[in-house]
Amino acid sequence: MIVSVASGKGGTGKTSVAVNMALSVGHVQLLDCDVEEPNAHLLLHPDLQKMEPVYSLIPLVNEELCSHCGECSKFCQYNAIFATTEKILVFPELCHSCGGCALVCPKEAITWEKYRIGALKFGLAEGLELVYGELEIGKPMAVPVIKAVKKQIREGENVILDSPPGTSCPFVETVRGSGFCVLVTEPTPFGLHDLKIAVEVLRRIAVPFGVVVNRAGIGDKKVYDYCREENIRILLEIPYQRRIAELYSRGVPFSLEMPEWKEKFQALYSEIRRAVSR
Amino acid sequence: MKQLAILSGKGGTGKTSITASFAVLAKNAVVADSDVDAPDLHMLLHPDVTETQQFKGSKVAVIDETKCVSCGLCRENCVFDAITKDLKVDAIACEGCGVCKVVCPVNAITLAERVSGSAYISKTEYGFMSHALLYPGESNSGKLVTLVRQNAKILAEKENCDLIIIDGSPGIGCPVIASITGVNAALVVTEPTLSGIHDLERVLKLLDHFNVVPFVCINMYDVNTDNTNKILSFCRENRIEVVGIIPFSPEVTHAMVNGKTIVEYSPESSVTKEIMSMWKKMCLSLG
Repeated sequence: MIVSVASGKGGTGKTSVAVNMALSVGHVQLLDCDVEEPNAHLLLHPDLQKMEPVYSLIPLVNEELCSHCGECSKFCQYNAIFATTEKILVFPELCHSCGGCALVCPKEAITWEKYRIGALKFGLAEGLELVYGELEIGKPMAVPVIKAVKKQIREGENVILDSPPGTSCPFVETVRGSGFCVLVTEPTPFGLHDLKIAVEVLRRIAVPFGVVVNRAGIGDKKVYDYCREENIRILLEIPYQRRIAELYSRGVPFSLEMPEWKEKFQALYSEIRRAVSR
Repeated sequence: MKQLAILSGKGGTGKTSITASFAVLAKNAVVADSDVDAPDLHMLLHPDVTETQQFKGSKVAVIDETKCVSCGLCRENCVFDAITKDLKVDAIACEGCGVCKVVCPVNAITLAERVSGSAYISKTEYGFMSHALLYPGESNSGKLVTLVRQNAKILAEKENCDLIIIDGSPGIGCPVIASITGVNAALVVTEPTLSGIHDLERVLKLLDHFNVVPFVCINMYDVNTDNTNKILSFCRENRIEVVGIIPFSPEVTHAMVNGKTIVEYSPESSVTKEIMSMWKKMCLSLG
């Protein structure tokens, strides 16, 4: 079963929920797909086992074969390849690796070269297997690195995916194919507003979901009203407690220090399992 | 005209609350909300939209089923897995590259313009605002950020504003890069948690990469004063000015629930005082 943990708004507690749930359930693969700002390892302090570079493919033009006809540049929707009468310029940051320029080249002058955009890191902590991706600083495209992280999913395994914030491509890439998505929100106007957008996306791509309300007690009750009106299940509430915030700040998953939460996260996972098998 | 971006790396550190407060304190600025896939600034500034534009960020493949001979070449050649088994286009996965159109032997595929969001120009009680909404699940947020910033610039020139304040999105990827290119300075709002520090360091590297002058604000500093001290010494070592150290206060959430900025909702609070002093420092630094 693949469960993703997402939110819309940043900083609502996705990573905290993903890590505490993984620790409480045990024997799961935890994949941190927030490759722009991965944080799960800061709570788990894993022993790093290995690291692998992540590449995207970009066009490599053989200038000897090239006739500078400009077909590649005309084809590219992303303005990633530009033909002058003497030279072809490639802008790797803009390239989506679609392969179209090589297809349309009449001289077969275009092949591919690897372009490093990030890294995968593999670690072990508290019996959990953690994989996280890191987008290189200055590289704009997170999605290929997220894809590389998701390639590490082992079939048949229980997998938890920690999603990046937002509701656009990095979020969609992470949650696609999940059996269930946990949306972590906070009971504030910002939390609710971004939750609604995330819900729309999940309905559009047909991923079942439920809500965890974090920092319950702050803000107002509108998240609860919304969930009731939309028939969205609230799976768990985590109250705002100074102790939880303080443990998080030091990089300690709170279920390790507050053992009553281990059962609550186990119950959360069982409930997701029931929802998926229904 | 000067441009200031408010960033954080990690989400939920208080970017939007601080940007909205700056918008209230600024006398002659345009505010741009660059967090186009989860925009929240409008909930504090209540803009009246005066102009709406469609955002056409990309294209999408369309298969003419009357021409299609079901050869499957489109599906075979699509690197985005955007053609389903029954040879339909999955519009969310499609990035509009046009490879399917090129390989189709019977010219059954065209690329259609796709409307991925809306951009708005608005008036608020405090001035002008440029913002947008990316439709749920759409891509190309970086391009929409660029449009929001272009609109802000046009507005600022037209209205003789001397500053653009940009509310960024979390992360370090394309929308963030689009929101910092060419700005005069960036204020990074962080929190004293291990993840706050980790994400701060990555954003600072990004700013360095693009030659943007960084400033730092530590929000909710009293949640962990050891970590606050770590951030302070890190910034000292790297010669980065810390312009604000804001305490945790439930008032910030109360203000948000009431749809107000903290500087209006609780003008005497310690949070407001710190934001005002930070604003003065930023104005001095921007010149």
